[in-house]
Amino acid sequence: MRSLLPILTVLAAILVIWYGAAMKLNAAWTYDQAARAGTDPTFVDVINDTMAQERPVLPPPHQVAKGLWDGLTAQAITSKRSLVWHGWVTLSATMLGFAVGAGLGIVLAIGIVHNRAMDLSVMPWAIASQTVPILAIAPMVIVVLASLNITGIVPKAIISAYLSFFPVLVGMVKGLRSPDAMQLDLLHTYNASGAKTLWKLRLPSSMPYLFASLKVAIAASLVGTIVGELPAGATAGLGARLLSGSYYGQTVQIWSALFAAAGLAAGLVIIVSIIERLVLRRMGAVQ
Amino acid sequence: MKDTLNIAEPVIQAKGVDLVFQTGDGPVQALKDVTLTINRGDFVSFIGPSGCGKTTFLRAIAGLETPTGGQLSVNGLSPDAARRARAYGYVFQAAGLYPWRTIAGNIKLPLEIMGFSRAEQAERVERVLKLVDLEGFGRKFPWQLSGGMQQRASIARALAFDADILLMDEPFGALDEIVRDRLNEELLRLWAATDKTIGFVTHSIPEAVYLSTKIVVMSPRPGRITDVIESPLPRHRPLDIRDTAQFIEIAHRVRDGLRAGHHDEI
Repeated sequence: MRSLLPILTVLAAILVIWYGAAMKLNAAWTYDQAARAGTDPTFVDVINDTMAQERPVLPPPHQVAKGLWDGLTAQAITSKRSLVWHGWVTLSATMLGFAVGAGLGIVLAIGIVHNRAMDLSVMPWAIASQTVPILAIAPMVIVVLASLNITGIVPKAIISAYLSFFPVLVGMVKGLRSPDAMQLDLLHTYNASGAKTLWKLRLPSSMPYLFASLKVAIAASLVGTIVGELPAGATAGLGARLLSGSYYGQTVQIWSALFAAAGLAAGLVIIVSIIERLVLRRMGAVQ
Repeated sequence: MKDTLNIAEPVIQAKGVDLVFQTGDGPVQALKDVTLTINRGDFVSFIGPSGCGKTTFLRAIAGLETPTGGQLSVNGLSPDAARRARAYGYVFQAAGLYPWRTIAGNIKLPLEIMGFSRAEQAERVERVLKLVDLEGFGRKFPWQLSGGMQQRASIARALAFDADILLMDEPFGALDEIVRDRLNEELLRLWAATDKTIGFVTHSIPEAVYLSTKIVVMSPRPGRITDVIESPLPRHRPLDIRDTAQFIEIAHRVRDGLRAGHHDEI
């Protein structure tokens, strides 16, 4: 309970700043409309108007909350207007991309640790891959795959995997190399093979590193999927929702989709944290 | 029962072993012209200041380092062939138990790698836990045990697969003296019960004299043997043997050997 006060304080501060900014940014439109109508609004009129515009520059918190709530509950979850449906479209591609990305990261890390040629060659490419802006790559992936008649979940998952393999790769290389010389010597005295060393020592030692990486990777997966939904053509998913919101100036829709994405990301990270705790507890970690 | 052990049967033989490490600052001679024979059932201590090559020599016996000159054989094989034949159990200075495995799980580690059946693994775990006086602790995790108990578990792990040779690199170096005395006594009891050949690295004179049938005194730069003392003490040794004149005399000779080795440097 002691941690509640600081959290609420920060939340209150954010809301105050948010409301203040909404009033300031939306007031221009209010004065503009009043000037055209030839009226002279009072200060209270202006405040009231900035809180309830249809297309505000910055929607105030209660409008976003209502937009989010309506998006989640106002229609059947199979409706194309439902944020649950869009969220599911994004989530499914995220999960596929995360699974592929995490798997690829682990496999590459095992290769790097066991093979000198891979150690020298893979890492620079992996780092280079992350310096290319994802926004530049995503449309190319979508277009190239679409020309091969691959559409739907797969292109998005590939972009998602492209972002998520990297943190797993870096974390796992570090984790697989974490056993000290003495631990490796011990297995050497048993004449243990490389595969046995990997299975009995390196992989268990890498678990804390793996989970730290997975938390970063799953959030990156979601970002990758949303970016993959932005290029023209996508009609479903939180990314598409963001895009159509910006096409039509539906700022409330944009912000609702943003918050839905943030909530989804938080939920995914929490799920990874719970799995982490269960696994590490099974591995005898002090709790 | 011990009579058979009096017939000298060499297990580890070193003839003129040299070992040079190539480092960034140029070559370092870790071992120079080391010649030594260890017989079956011997308890051999290697004592000397740090940098005298005692650990390096033990690691060379284990095939973890490769001599650059001379001959070294273990059970009549090269150290590397002996390692592949799993000729020895090795106990390191730190217990090095896997924190994610229980004590029993840790002892099973070499057995799993060597392909023992599940039933045999369980049976052996019970047996060695009894040997090191840790019955009933199999299900505990390492962090639930004291440092001394963890080191006993690591000795049990080295005993589990029935190697004839036990190589121990300052196994009690990190423990306090009270625990150390107790573990020394237990180690002697264990040695008597199992007929192992033991190579033991230490930097404690009383520990070396109390445990060993043969004390190898080494000196640094380059690492070499300055004295080999065949202990006249009986194989059965109560802790208070350390107050006898004979014990003190041997300890004195070890100290002289160490001082002689240091002399060249000053």
